[in-house]
Amino acid sequence: MKKRIISVLLASMMALSLVACGGGSKDKEASSNDVKADKSESIKVGIINNDPNESGYRTANDKDMKAMFTKENGYDASFAYSLKNDEQIASAQKFIQDGVDYLLLSAADTAGWDSVLKDAQDAGTQVILFDRTIDADESLYAASIVSDMDKEGETAVNWLRDQKLDEYNIIHIQGVMGSAAQKGRSGALDEAAKSDGWKIVTQQTAEWNAEKAQQIVQSVIDSGEKFNVIYAENDDMAKGAVAALDKANISHGVGKDVVVMGFDCNKWALEELLAQNWNYDGQCNPFQAEYIADVIEKLEAGEEIAEKTIIMDEKGFDATTITEDDVNQYGI
Amino acid sequence: MQTKETNKFNISNFASKLAGRQILIPIAALLLLAVFNLIADPSFYKISLDVNSAGDQVLSGYLITILDYGSELAILAIGMTLVTAASGGQDISVGATIAIAGSVILRVLCGSNSRPDELQAPIIVAFLVACVAGMLCGAFNGILVAGFKIQPMVATLILFTAGRSIAAWINNNELPVISDKGFTYFGGFIPGIPVPTPFFIALGCIIIMALVLKFTTLGLYVQSVGINENSSRLNGLNPAFIKFITFVILGICVAVAALIKVSRISSINYSVIAKDIEMDAILAVALGGNALGGGKFNMGASILGAYVIQFLATTLYKFNVKSDAISAYKAIVVIILVVISAPVVREKFKAFTVKMKTKKEVG
Repeated sequence: MKKRIISVLLASMMALSLVACGGGSKDKEASSNDVKADKSESIKVGIINNDPNESGYRTANDKDMKAMFTKENGYDASFAYSLKNDEQIASAQKFIQDGVDYLLLSAADTAGWDSVLKDAQDAGTQVILFDRTIDADESLYAASIVSDMDKEGETAVNWLRDQKLDEYNIIHIQGVMGSAAQKGRSGALDEAAKSDGWKIVTQQTAEWNAEKAQQIVQSVIDSGEKFNVIYAENDDMAKGAVAALDKANISHGVGKDVVVMGFDCNKWALEELLAQNWNYDGQCNPFQAEYIADVIEKLEAGEEIAEKTIIMDEKGFDATTITEDDVNQYGI
Repeated sequence: MQTKETNKFNISNFASKLAGRQILIPIAALLLLAVFNLIADPSFYKISLDVNSAGDQVLSGYLITILDYGSELAILAIGMTLVTAASGGQDISVGATIAIAGSVILRVLCGSNSRPDELQAPIIVAFLVACVAGMLCGAFNGILVAGFKIQPMVATLILFTAGRSIAAWINNNELPVISDKGFTYFGGFIPGIPVPTPFFIALGCIIIMALVLKFTTLGLYVQSVGINENSSRLNGLNPAFIKFITFVILGICVAVAALIKVSRISSINYSVIAKDIEMDAILAVALGGNALGGGKFNMGASILGAYVIQFLATTLYKFNVKSDAISAYKAIVVIILVVISAPVVREKFKAFTVKMKTKKEVG
């Protein structure tokens, strides 16, 4: 009896999968026909991104992409979001099957992409990486549009050096250890501290978390150690640090006791700069859509992309020179 | 000679009495940390009266920091103790629910504008709405645990996974920032009072809970359900309702903790606010010597346990221990606690003390 039930189940499953296969291949044909049909009208792009809720940076990035790749601009865009590499790979395979012309990819993880990208190449899909690089051969993608985290750190440290403070006693609040942003932003400060004899009062990771940053700064305040610079590797942590300063009546900002530095250019952070409560904010540019569109245009025109790695312009804002327009234009 | 002997007897009697007490565990841990700090650097205990940026006198120092930052955990420990005792399991969605409640508070205060110049609603209204949100989350967990008899850790896994996304959705993915000065009082200082407000809020919660336990039968019912569900049903209790109500109480505690958390930085970050705090709350319950399998509980010991955890964290920060290593130190505490409370070790310890006693008497 049991065996019979199982065999019936198996048989029905097989039948179902056959139907599914049939349906699938039909769909594929239809879609590839579609692509040929409206190729002249719109460019089909598949965009794989991380979850927009991850951070303000990602939200801005996603908004920027959605604003650029619209029907009005001549694109037929589909989006897929995941923080997990395997899910991203699955959606990449789906996009390739759907016959997209361009696959835009911000990979969750650097490894494991080779076979998918080869499939893309075979299917004639061009791959453009944005925001994050992957460990794959350069021939497998058309271009890679990234931020240079080392340069972000250097810009900030050079700005700090130009302030010509009498002494440098720095509280260094790091992001999640090992992330590209943390490595680049910490590296520049570590080097400068060595070469210029700056004193790092404490160097701790707050894992991008404002509460942790607050506790770290609180601990330094309680210990009574002197400090005059807070170098926080993102805005949230700078905000947490400032909350601890406010509690202890330590003045901060332009011409005050403590210099506050943050990264990422959140809109509220730039407003703090405008009010001169903070001193510096380094940009991590989330607006990659324009660069991508540029690359696609070139590829469509049959041009070669000479330099595959494209590094975006990134600014650093000083509280004494920032304007209202900057806040509106660059705030995320 | 005679008096000396009775004295000695009294001391050993007292010690054995204390050894049987649950609260000994957090007290011993606290003493250990206190003595360590005293030897390593006595300036740890320095408290000074400074003027803060608003021009008010406030106390500052490591001890004040402990009272300040340990308060959320103490409040959560109250609810977690009840949940643990009644259901024999733990709620791991606390951090995510804090994100939801905090998001609700900001949503009510900000209205549709994410950066309002003035508050759109009184803070008390926002807090009450957050309480309702917290209670609803608690009720959801409670129904799954009490009604559908799902294991608490599995049931609360749902909100643990989804909570932070729900929190982001409540505010349309925006990050509201509140510039109102009055809102910072809950996580900072009220002008004119030199002790941090979170401590008073925690104290209020503790007093209310103490009164509830003293004047209602909640404590008794919770313990009897935790010890034996069937026999308490036979005695006319409704175990499902009592489990449910403990989750709702935890929901209120979560809302209070959320108010303090969002007030500290006048903003919220959905993905990291109160991260891993549920583990600390469970650790506080364990540190209080409460059985994690349910049954009898000691509320005071849990609360003391919460402050001991913050004491440990503050000590580690002071000695510049890498903050990502702090959880490793907490893990060591957990290992020690679990080993001590294992029945095998307890039996051995009991046998050992009995042996010592008989030896003494013989001598």
